[in-house]
Amino acid sequence: MFIIEFILEPLQYAFMMKAVIVAVVVGVTCALLSCFLILKGWSLLGDAISHAVLPGVVLAYMVGIPFGLGAFIFAMISVVLIGYIKSNSKIKEDAVMGIVFTTLFALGLMLISKIVSSVDLTHVLFGELLGISNESAWYTAIILGTVSAVVLIFRRVFMVFAFDPMHAQSVGLPITFIHYAFLVLLAITITGSIQTVGIILVIAMLITPGSTAFLLTKHFPTMLQIAVLVSVASSLIGAYASYYFDVATGGTIVFVQGLMFMSVFGYQKLVKLASKKTRLT
Amino acid sequence: MSNIAISLKNVSVSYGDKEALRDTSIEIPYHTFTGVIGMNGAGKSTLFKVIMGLVTPQTGKVIVCGDDTKTAQKHGHVAYVPQTEQVDWDFPISVYEVVMMGRIGTQNIFKTSTAVDHEFVTNALTQVRMIDFKDRQIGELSGGQKKRVFVARALAQGADILLLDEPFAGLDATSEHSLIELLISLKENGKTVILATHDLLSLPDTCDEVALVKYRVIAHGPTKEVFTKELVSQTFDGLLHHIKFD
Repeated sequence: MFIIEFILEPLQYAFMMKAVIVAVVVGVTCALLSCFLILKGWSLLGDAISHAVLPGVVLAYMVGIPFGLGAFIFAMISVVLIGYIKSNSKIKEDAVMGIVFTTLFALGLMLISKIVSSVDLTHVLFGELLGISNESAWYTAIILGTVSAVVLIFRRVFMVFAFDPMHAQSVGLPITFIHYAFLVLLAITITGSIQTVGIILVIAMLITPGSTAFLLTKHFPTMLQIAVLVSVASSLIGAYASYYFDVATGGTIVFVQGLMFMSVFGYQKLVKLASKKTRLT
Repeated sequence: MSNIAISLKNVSVSYGDKEALRDTSIEIPYHTFTGVIGMNGAGKSTLFKVIMGLVTPQTGKVIVCGDDTKTAQKHGHVAYVPQTEQVDWDFPISVYEVVMMGRIGTQNIFKTSTAVDHEFVTNALTQVRMIDFKDRQIGELSGGQKKRVFVARALAQGADILLLDEPFAGLDATSEHSLIELLISLKENGKTVILATHDLLSLPDTCDEVALVKYRVIAHGPTKEVFTKELVSQTFDGLLHHIKFD
């Protein structure tokens, strides 16, 4: 009974209810995308986009439009800029990403230092799940709910895109469109997740659940399920931990995800070692 | 219907200011087994990409199975068997699912599989003798089996033309031999097989036609006529030591 009370008691507060709903939606969406992202080898791109949105967030704050919109515009700017520089110079992609995202992130820091208070800065950088406004909560739930639905409905298309884009193109699939559609979904997810874990840590939500699931299965549908499970569990643990112990939500979520990954990795190594030993004796 | 599967007329392709193919023409008939040889970077991959419609030539005309390349893509006329290193073998996907990808061109936008799709996949896997491995993750196969899976995907696609890029790289002699047998049997059943290869030793025994590529197709025709010392050394800038010519 204690456990039920432990879970239900915080939910009588509207702010906690909102936090839990948003945490679950963010957890599900990031988990689904993370499976495609790590298989495609695009983890660094996710990192780049998440940093590059900072000036968009600050400008949105100044102009008074939703954070998500400003962030989305800068996410697209960074993607286009990375693509353009890469195909028009001999600089390799990882270096181009590094240059573009740090430049935009730096611009964001400059803007912040002139305009926004340091409290708001912390929220943008590290998230503020428990303090989320009604408006932001609705925005996040609807937008990310839509992304999740799109990713699930078209999962087979994205899987072919990740596995063998050349084949997809050779049988007439619009591969460039799929490429940019995936980037747009990624950008939306990042901007929608910022409130929960912040700009710095959102990339963890987009890499770790998929990686943990990848360690555990060789079957893609199962991978999606495990990733969602791991991710939602971490998000909920994060929300409750910050309610009961007053620790940072974003930090807790990402730390728990990392811990789960390490545990799975460590467990599998131990099992391997053990089976080797039994074979030797 | 003409008996020409692939026809390139005066095709030129450049990437930026780098020329990959220059004023290239070639006609490959149906039911042939053609080996494409040339040095690395001589334009073999570009030639394949042009045939698949992945690269649009700056000049020239490409006809595949009587259609332009866009239409040929829609009909799934051409299937590509990738090089071993182009594939992520850790990808969480089974043999069956890879072969099912051969069907995506004909499926609805959600790519749901129909009974017909499953029939095609099962038949293709049976034909390449990989049906017993259908639930394996693709990394859990030998080199020769991996190739067979992608050949099965091409069959499931219903392709008339199979393009294979370096299919024998990294295969042991037995696997190579059995893959060659499979490809020859496909040719005899009406497919057109085209492979890019560095394996000049076995080429005269397998291919009935040879195309020599050096920024353009410098020679193409029956193996006996084209696979000669003069032409081949011209293709490879004279760097040949180990090949015996009749």
